[in-house]
Amino acid sequence: MINFQYLRTTTAKSAIALLVKDKNAKFLAGGTNLIDLMKRGVTAPEKLIDINHVPLKQIEQIGNKIHIGALASNSAVAEHALIKEKLPLLSWALQAGASAQLRNVATVGGNMMQRTRCGYFYDTEMPCNKRQPGTGCGAMGGFNRMHAIFGTSEKCIAVHPSDMCVALTALDAEVVLANAKGERKMLFKDFHRLAGDTPQLDNNLKANEMIIRLEIPVNNLAKNYHYLKVRDRASYAFALVSVAAAFELNNNKITDIRLAMGGVAHKPWRLTASENFLKGKEATLSNFEQAAQLAMKDAKGFGGNDFKLKLAPNTIIEALNLAKSKV
Amino acid sequence: MEKRILKDDNDRVDGILKVTGQAKYFAEYELPGLTYGVLVTSTITKGKITALDTKAAEKAPGVIAVVSHLNKPSAAAYEQEGGPQMKIFYTDKIFYNGQPIAIVVANTFERATYAASLVKATYVKEDFNTDFEKALKDPKAKKLQGQADYKRGIENAYKTAEVKLEERYFLPIETHNPMELHGIIADWRPNNQLTVYAKTQGVKATQGTIANVFKIPMENIQVNSEFVGGGFGMALRTWPLEIATVMASKHIGKPVKVVITRMQMFTMVGNRPAAIQTIGLGANKDGKLTGITHRAYGETSTYENFTEGVVNMAKFMYQCDNVNTAYAIVPVDLGVPIWMRGPGEATGAFALESAIDEMAHALDMDPLDFRIKNDPETDQQKNKPFSSKNIKEAYKIGAEKIGWSNRKNKPGSLIEGSWQTGYGVSVGVFNANRGKASVKGILKADGSLLLQSATSDIGPGTGTGMTLIANKLMKIPVNKITFELGDSSLPPAPSQGGSATLSTVGSAVNDVCVALKSAIAELAANSNMDATANFVDVLKKNNLPSIEVTKESQGGKERDNYSMYSFSIHFVQVKVHALTGVVKVSKIVYVGDSGTIVSPKTARSQMLGGAVGGIGMALTEESIVDHRYGRYINNNFADYHVPVNADVPEIDVNFINKPDPYINPMGAKGMGEIALIGFSAAVANAVFNATGKRIRTLPITPDKILA
Ligand SMILES: Cc1cc2nc3c(=O)[nH]c(=O)nc-3n(C[C@H](O)[C@H](O)[C@H](O)COP(=O)(O)OP(=O)(O)OC[C@H]3O[C@@H](n4cnc5c(N)ncnc54)[C@H](O)[C@@H]3O)c2cc1C
Ligand code: SF4
Repeated sequence: MINFQYLRTTTAKSAIALLVKDKNAKFLAGGTNLIDLMKRGVTAPEKLIDINHVPLKQIEQIGNKIHIGALASNSAVAEHALIKEKLPLLSWALQAGASAQLRNVATVGGNMMQRTRCGYFYDTEMPCNKRQPGTGCGAMGGFNRMHAIFGTSEKCIAVHPSDMCVALTALDAEVVLANAKGERKMLFKDFHRLAGDTPQLDNNLKANEMIIRLEIPVNNLAKNYHYLKVRDRASYAFALVSVAAAFELNNNKITDIRLAMGGVAHKPWRLTASENFLKGKEATLSNFEQAAQLAMKDAKGFGGNDFKLKLAPNTIIEALNLAKSKV
Repeated sequence: MEKRILKDDNDRVDGILKVTGQAKYFAEYELPGLTYGVLVTSTITKGKITALDTKAAEKAPGVIAVVSHLNKPSAAAYEQEGGPQMKIFYTDKIFYNGQPIAIVVANTFERATYAASLVKATYVKEDFNTDFEKALKDPKAKKLQGQADYKRGIENAYKTAEVKLEERYFLPIETHNPMELHGIIADWRPNNQLTVYAKTQGVKATQGTIANVFKIPMENIQVNSEFVGGGFGMALRTWPLEIATVMASKHIGKPVKVVITRMQMFTMVGNRPAAIQTIGLGANKDGKLTGITHRAYGETSTYENFTEGVVNMAKFMYQCDNVNTAYAIVPVDLGVPIWMRGPGEATGAFALESAIDEMAHALDMDPLDFRIKNDPETDQQKNKPFSSKNIKEAYKIGAEKIGWSNRKNKPGSLIEGSWQTGYGVSVGVFNANRGKASVKGILKADGSLLLQSATSDIGPGTGTGMTLIANKLMKIPVNKITFELGDSSLPPAPSQGGSATLSTVGSAVNDVCVALKSAIAELAANSNMDATANFVDVLKKNNLPSIEVTKESQGGKERDNYSMYSFSIHFVQVKVHALTGVVKVSKIVYVGDSGTIVSPKTARSQMLGGAVGGIGMALTEESIVDHRYGRYINNNFADYHVPVNADVPEIDVNFINKPDPYINPMGAKGMGEIALIGFSAAVANAVFNATGKRIRTLPITPDKILA
């Protein structure tokens, strides 16, 4: 087998120290993505730094923000009373992802860092600019039914597969990152990036950094919300398109609204134009339909995924409908 | 087999063993000195190996040998010219991407896996085509007849009918994907003695194939396969990877175990071939069918031909004087297909049973009425009466249970919010087979009965069915009956396929029991005992620890006099989401008409499994090849969508449960295939009823509903 060293640490500080010491080291959290990638030969770290014993599993409210540690498991977050009460959209999005077994070990940080599910990325015999820059994009002109319609580049049309991240983007979350010198904060929506000319990079985390926690502002969006995930089977499948929708309603008038989409871009896709359109308007079907059309500006299909041009706006409308009728 | 604890007489005899992990599957056998093999596969789709660099692999830690076409041990049959199959390691030709080209054997699985990655092949590449549709359109591409053309009455009579339709139907490649991965353990010992632990639907077939390839006597080969973690047809033959493992064991003189990867399950052990079919139907305005034409093309490989019964059903299922069929196979550069549950009949039934629904719609008739109106009294193809057929009764029961009266004939009539509801019906039909099998029965003075046969159990519950047959005849409690199978040294039986095991082996069990009973009666008479005396007393009185009978059993001329089929009527209710295109099967009602139900619980399980497989075929399963590279794209369980629990609704299973008077002593017809055959059409028909959209390409994924 391809040998690697396994290290375990109990503090974020020492984890980061181990990381920077070695160019070819990687954090091991739940391992549900990393181990698969190692088995398929997509990645071959020489050192695995097991961070599961680093005490970053907290889920708590501090001031008007909810803090979630990077090592909290996807199930722990989804099932936590605080999250269910104050951020139900996040709970729903998490429950829509993967399977119960996977969610039990998958972590918040790992979920953010999970790589695309593009089949060409996983098959080392196929061209893929993300896995091996310069080899070409297999999905372009190939099987691209699952692929992006927004913000694509000539080099890569992959999507970020996470459900959790769609909700976090909608919820104006912030993410706290740390390197050996200290911490920095970033808007969650800026964490992931578009592929551009460097599809090998999924996000803006630096090579010497670790994800520490999320901070999510408490909001008034816990009443009218919905996470709608359209997929090829009823559970345990990645999204064709998903929509996180939440709004605050006063006399049927929308006073605050958040909309984000998954399965459509290299990053969770916030629908700012649609939000702006709906803000201050009545929650009516015709307004929802117009908002959905606004979201589709600049969308582009690649053959296999052309159906998303219709599915995406439909899913937005239905998510808004379901958020509105939530009791 | 261990002693069994049964809750009731109906439980699976090996249920406890299975759920407690005591049932031993092939990969779990630990032989002394066991080594581990991993297959190296081609990364090109067509061409030739020009060089194979195995040096690095051979030097890797723990590696014992690398076996390939360069150094394979002798396999006598492969040394001869000709022969239809791919001769593994006897050729440097590449027929498809993912073809095994070498096997690396090491002292651990991990080391073998790593070393396999170090084997480097150099190739000359040739142009290839894996796209079946493209081959079909290409006039230069080969098309081979798959079955003799059939004609009854006027050819293409549908074309001149009062009401007519002609439609095309598309099926993708489906991959069996049982939970258990394929593989084998081979232990080649001196003097050409071989023991294998296999995952097979036929221990005798495996024994025969290996004997043939290596030209060693059958008796030298012991095949064990007591438990099989699902087959669905993919274990109906001995694959090149198994021969490769035997070669490796022969080469190193040690036992070798191979368990392939999930990805290799897509390329090494067959699949349901893609198919393109055209159905022409003609009817008069009163709703009587006047013409049926079924033309089908199935995919096959370039190195071996594979055919199946795609166009069978059209010949007899409906009353119609004018029927013609044609079936051709089209070679592409992929691995050879194999039967997958329901086999070709399931492929054909999707097209035919969809078209029947389309015709009913064209006639503005209820599809159930249309089916009943065209239900034949006799088999027009064979010109014989059916041995038994109760499908009108089955239609009635099913219609009531699904709530058919709630269905509106006008599509798109039942709407609730964004969800549209629809109802669909279809028929599954399959040959009621009975082959030849032998069973040995040993009746013991301790009150127990041991039955033995070299049959298999890929999951349907063979042992349970056989035990219940014996239980009924011998009045011996089920926990005193043991049925042994999966061992090539036992009396011969055919492979488990074509829904024939219960009928074939069960008949031999029946005959053995009858013979044992008369032997006991004779002993009783000779020892002046009452004719009704208990066999334990009779044996004891005669100082016999046991008596033993072996019987070979097979059908007789009743098979010439009657047309024998098993039927299932499938009713489904679906909900279709108008905006997102999501289809949910919300209710399933089955009515099986397959003679006597010998084992009610396992019979029900057959239908449940058929529903799950049927939902997969209808809505989710598709193996996708990138034709530019000839490689599968979704060859894993995250991307190849087998239905999950959330996809499967309440399934109401009903049986007519009337004995067939001719098929066999039990009056029981096979059940393995019927639950799946035609099921996908019931779903497509229900989707049409819900939405007015006719989907003729499986699987029915959201994009197709939105298109
Ligand atoms: C079959 C299958 C189906 C799935 N379906 C879905 C789905 O429907 N929806 C969905 O959203 N997800 C799905 N997933 C993905 C799943 O959510 C991710 O695999 C999981 O969240 C990854 O978390 P982990 O803790 O196991 O990460 P790991 O595999 O341990 O790590 C992933 C990456 O993150 C890095 N990492 C981990 N923690 C940190 C940290 N604190 N700081 C910096 N880097 C870090 C690791 O170094 C590694 O590179 C599915 C996965 C599988 C296998
Ligand atoms: S879409 Fe991106 S990940 Fe997929 S093949 Fe192209 S470059 Fe690779």
